[in-house]
Amino acid sequence: MTVETIVFYLFAALTVFAGLRVITARNPMHAVLFLVLAFVASAGIWMLLEAEFLAITLVLVYVGAVMVLFLFVVMMLDINLVRLREGFWRWFPVGLLLAGLMVFQMIWVLGGMDGISGIEPVKHAADYSNTKELGRLIYTDYVYAFELAAVLLLIAMVAAIALTLRRRKDAKSQVVGRQIAVKRNDRVRIVSVPAEPKQPVVTE
Amino acid sequence: MMELLQTLEQTGLELLGPFWMPVWTVIKIFAIVLPVMGGVAYLTLAERKILGFMQLRPGPNRVGYWGLLQPLADGIKLLLKELIIPAEANKFLFVAAPVLALAPALAAWAVIPFGEGMVIADVNAGLLYLLAMTSLGVYGIIIAGWASNSKYAFLGALRSSAQIVSYELAMGFALVCVLLAAQSMNVGDIVRGQNNGYGLMGWYFIPLFPMFVVYFIAGVAETNRAPFDLAEDESAIVAGFHTEYSGMGFALFFLAEYANMILIAALTTVMFLGGWLSPVPFLPDSIVWMLAKMSFMLFLFLWFRATFPRYRYDQLMRLGWKVFIPLTLVWVVVVAAWMQTPYWLW
Repeated sequence: MTVETIVFYLFAALTVFAGLRVITARNPMHAVLFLVLAFVASAGIWMLLEAEFLAITLVLVYVGAVMVLFLFVVMMLDINLVRLREGFWRWFPVGLLLAGLMVFQMIWVLGGMDGISGIEPVKHAADYSNTKELGRLIYTDYVYAFELAAVLLLIAMVAAIALTLRRRKDAKSQVVGRQIAVKRNDRVRIVSVPAEPKQPVVTE
Repeated sequence: MMELLQTLEQTGLELLGPFWMPVWTVIKIFAIVLPVMGGVAYLTLAERKILGFMQLRPGPNRVGYWGLLQPLADGIKLLLKELIIPAEANKFLFVAAPVLALAPALAAWAVIPFGEGMVIADVNAGLLYLLAMTSLGVYGIIIAGWASNSKYAFLGALRSSAQIVSYELAMGFALVCVLLAAQSMNVGDIVRGQNNGYGLMGWYFIPLFPMFVVYFIAGVAETNRAPFDLAEDESAIVAGFHTEYSGMGFALFFLAEYANMILIAALTTVMFLGGWLSPVPFLPDSIVWMLAKMSFMLFLFLWFRATFPRYRYDQLMRLGWKVFIPLTLVWVVVVAAWMQTPYWLW
């Protein structure tokens, strides 16, 4: 057993454990954090496959950005566990069916390859840049698919903004350009007030 | 110096064989983490001294000569203080949060070169690794705010994480310009790319000047430092996300903030100011230049704090989303086009 195999089983066990805890954790905040752990562990597995670009991007995008937004949402939800679990057994068969379907699909796709464990990643020299190779492929062979995906994301972004953008008529906002352009004379008016004559002090 | 290191490595290899690698790596990690921790301690003193100087007062001057032992006194005080865990707080996450804040700040140092070959991990995806590590720091803050079970801490955490997430984008795009110019994501190669034989003129802060400014300002915002320290807006939300922390828990957040400052200073130096390269061709390149440039960037952090009033939250968001991000996006295109012309001299 090489060091790599040990590390692989370590990360794989961690991924499976974290994945299980995501669905079994009672506290939704804990569930999200276990999902983060699952992402980090799978990034470790990708790193073992010498896919350093994908591994680091997984951490950067999913852990660093997407899960932060998840945490944001979950933190602010008022979660009632009893109500969440109400319909569990009613929907259980549907869930089971979907899960079975997914397992079938994965067997269908991956089972075709002769022996999953038999695939050895190609070893490269230390100066080999996975990122450069990936970039070259994306912008040459797969450029249309890549551009289409980018346009799709752009549409999703525009749609999300358009759906949630509400203009309130009575909202007040600042125009920064006008704020900066303000001169002293627009705001300050110096009035000369004549000094009041001294009142005689009344003493008794 | 280098020969001494090589003989040390040789004897180690003969003595321990295959176990020498992890031992040597741990030694290298200590060689970076300990100076960073010392730097953090004395950065707090430097901050108080420089703020004192700028505000015409002496600053700490009672513990040791010129207050030189003040950081030690502060450290001992924080160690001896009682740890208080608020009622109804989530204990595990409450204790884990400071660690999660500090760990990424230290992990990022793995790929930062201090001199030619003076780096723990000389990896090709170094820049990506840096981006990933700096994006993890926000977890400590969110979890601290949530686990404290305190409204002030929660509001502080929300503010601070929104701020960090927004400014991260601008920082990322600024680094994309650097990687375009260097044509490499290896941090060491980025520094070597700035060596064109004319000293200072080869550094990337000249063609990427707007990115240099954006990166550093975003770095100040990213570390929650004044004038962007809205997370710990004393007058509004007490101390922000670490309101409920006392003793060492607070000290770890403090360490993380200052370690992040030093990290941003080091990153700015490496990306834009030529790392260990000498500013004039007739002086040799050395780690001294790296440290001098980092000290200058750290001085800027303190100078900003003494000079600028705190931003309002909407102004902060406006600066991040409406000024920095469009500017960086445009500059990526400008640099990419510029590099296709013969006028690109870097």
